[in-house]
Amino acid sequence: MAEVIDNEKHIRSGRANLPEDHSSLSSVFNEDEERVNWHDETLWFIRQKRDKAVHGIPEWEWLRDTASGIKNNVLSNLSVYLEQFEANAKANGIIVHWAADAAEHNQILHSILKRHGADRMVKSKSMLTEECHLNEYLAENGIEVIDSDLGERIVQLGKEPPSHIVLPCIHKKKEEIGDLFHQYLGTAAGESDPQVLTEAARQHLRDTFLTRRVALTGVNFAVAETGEFVVCTNEGNADMGAHLSDVHIASMGIEKLIPERKHLGVFLRLLTRSATGQPITTYSSHFKSPREGQEMHIILVDNGRSRQLGREDFRNSLKCIRCGSCMNTCPVYRRSGGHSYHAVISGPIGSILAPNLDMREYADLPFASTLCGSCSNVCPVKIDIHDQLYKWRQVLAKEGHVNKGKAAGMKAMSKVFSFPGLFSFAGKTGRWTMKYLPFIVNNKLNPWYKQREMPKPPEQSFREWYEKNRRME
Amino acid sequence: MTVGLFIPCYVDQFYPQAGIATLQLLEKLGVEVVYPPRQTCCGQPMANSGFSHLTGGCDELFVESFKAFDYVVAPSGSCVLHLKEHLHSEKYPVVAEKLRSRVFELVEFLTDILKVKDLKARFPHKVGVHQSCHGLRGLHLSQMSELVAPPFSKPEQLLHMVDGIELIKLDRADECCGFGGTFCVFEEAVSAKMGKDRVSDHMRNGAEYITGADLSCLMHMEGILRRQKSNVKVIHIAEILNQAVAE
Repeated sequence: MAEVIDNEKHIRSGRANLPEDHSSLSSVFNEDEERVNWHDETLWFIRQKRDKAVHGIPEWEWLRDTASGIKNNVLSNLSVYLEQFEANAKANGIIVHWAADAAEHNQILHSILKRHGADRMVKSKSMLTEECHLNEYLAENGIEVIDSDLGERIVQLGKEPPSHIVLPCIHKKKEEIGDLFHQYLGTAAGESDPQVLTEAARQHLRDTFLTRRVALTGVNFAVAETGEFVVCTNEGNADMGAHLSDVHIASMGIEKLIPERKHLGVFLRLLTRSATGQPITTYSSHFKSPREGQEMHIILVDNGRSRQLGREDFRNSLKCIRCGSCMNTCPVYRRSGGHSYHAVISGPIGSILAPNLDMREYADLPFASTLCGSCSNVCPVKIDIHDQLYKWRQVLAKEGHVNKGKAAGMKAMSKVFSFPGLFSFAGKTGRWTMKYLPFIVNNKLNPWYKQREMPKPPEQSFREWYEKNRRME
Repeated sequence: MTVGLFIPCYVDQFYPQAGIATLQLLEKLGVEVVYPPRQTCCGQPMANSGFSHLTGGCDELFVESFKAFDYVVAPSGSCVLHLKEHLHSEKYPVVAEKLRSRVFELVEFLTDILKVKDLKARFPHKVGVHQSCHGLRGLHLSQMSELVAPPFSKPEQLLHMVDGIELIKLDRADECCGFGGTFCVFEEAVSAKMGKDRVSDHMRNGAEYITGADLSCLMHMEGILRRQKSNVKVIHIAEILNQAVAE
């Protein structure tokens, strides 16, 4: 029965055969208000840490401008930098692969594993492999993957996707993590001390690092000038995996390039201050060439990035360095939880990236915002996120991805507003907004009324007052 | 100087007292104010929902109503921002383009154009200032908490001229109230939660009144305050600035 109702709701909202939308998922999240408060305060604390860190840097806004300029240059000359990077990486002894989409990425990776007869792999944090659904693909092919980033490992044990790009398990309380570790890693029942749990994860991962011959890492920055790449972690897990492996594979989106090594001086100062309020990541590791006897691969992945590059209004979303600050500051994200966005990358940046991948499935996300603009202000590379949310709304409405009831309401409203006679007549017949502004429909089924009173209609409108008290033109 | 007064649709319908205060305040300051009768709406409710292609009628009416004025002033930051960014006209494209830069939100008109230095007003109450997002981050009525830049606040600059007023400090200086136009119904749960949290910040810090330069946010918070049967009231900044001294 519940399924039938759900399905009907989906058909009404134009989302038949699609997952629940942000609105319904976040209303479920909001059933537990205490948890919402906890989630909001946890992320707000990180926003405050970010504020403290950046207010200590007088040239902060200059750094943001500079980073934005460098990334704009990269996007305008992407093919040139990619070829330069490829040539230099090859000269350094790195094997370079090109993947047009997620499927090709996964196949390339699988073929490397097969060639080495590996059925196990350790992986450090990589949102790109989440985007490619690599873990599921490898599992289907009989290959076991262990995530070595603590947060990623926790959501992997919980069989969930990350809810945040920098803080994958930020939606989980320490007691819930304790339960997972009890079940999978043998810690004592009821143990929720973060230090004890972290130590258990360390011991478990140490064995993984020592026994895996293949390690995958993500890439934060790839330097065209030198053919090297930089991986930023706080746990050193990428280094442990890569240094102990016979084969190091790095997966990177093609937008991760920067022209020269000196530009890291800008980006590394911005990245972690924006992300967590730290001055810099604990480890910013440069990988330039394989050590003696090691094999090093880079897979350059497009997966829709070229298409986004071709969308003039949305191309600069590719400047993103994945710091997650737009999520931490977003008042909607903090009160929705990352999973309500039902996309690999959640929050404001995810909401402008996802429709590029599938407009129909992610048509709800650009509307999951009040357009407050805080995201654009914290963005270290100055992506105009909230303006792009507005622009995606226009695209989605034109392409017919907005539900029919809303579209009809908008047409009726625009008609009233287009005819002053109709407008003042509608007003006199009892506050026209009651009928036409969807947020003030005077009806107890109206979502406004669930937690809010309607505005009290006054004796007379401003127009009526003006007619009586001042001469109209 | 003749100012065309733009009273946005929902202000006309639900908050006429804010429109009246805006008119009287401008008149007190020696401005000639005219309210053109054929005005309706700025078009934002449609555009923010993705239907900017349906705002042509609104836009033409706006341009025809206001093209002759030196300035257009409205007591609503959000509507003003929308006009500044998106007003266009098929009939008078150049006029519409020029008109964009002559539309002002009331507070910025008082501080930047009239350069008001003192006001005769009294409001002996504890007041919390709600920084509406579009006024804050779009019109830069105040400094934004995210940026590393010197602080300022145009609404507070004016409110400090009011006798007896005590401005309270909030825990979160400029968080959104969750109204967001149609967001408030299509994302009811998050919207209402944001509104509740915003209101409780003001209450926790002792506000008797919540004021701001945007009635849509105030309308949202009022809906929540009244549901909670709170004694805290919302009041548009024009109404405070227009309070007679001998109240």
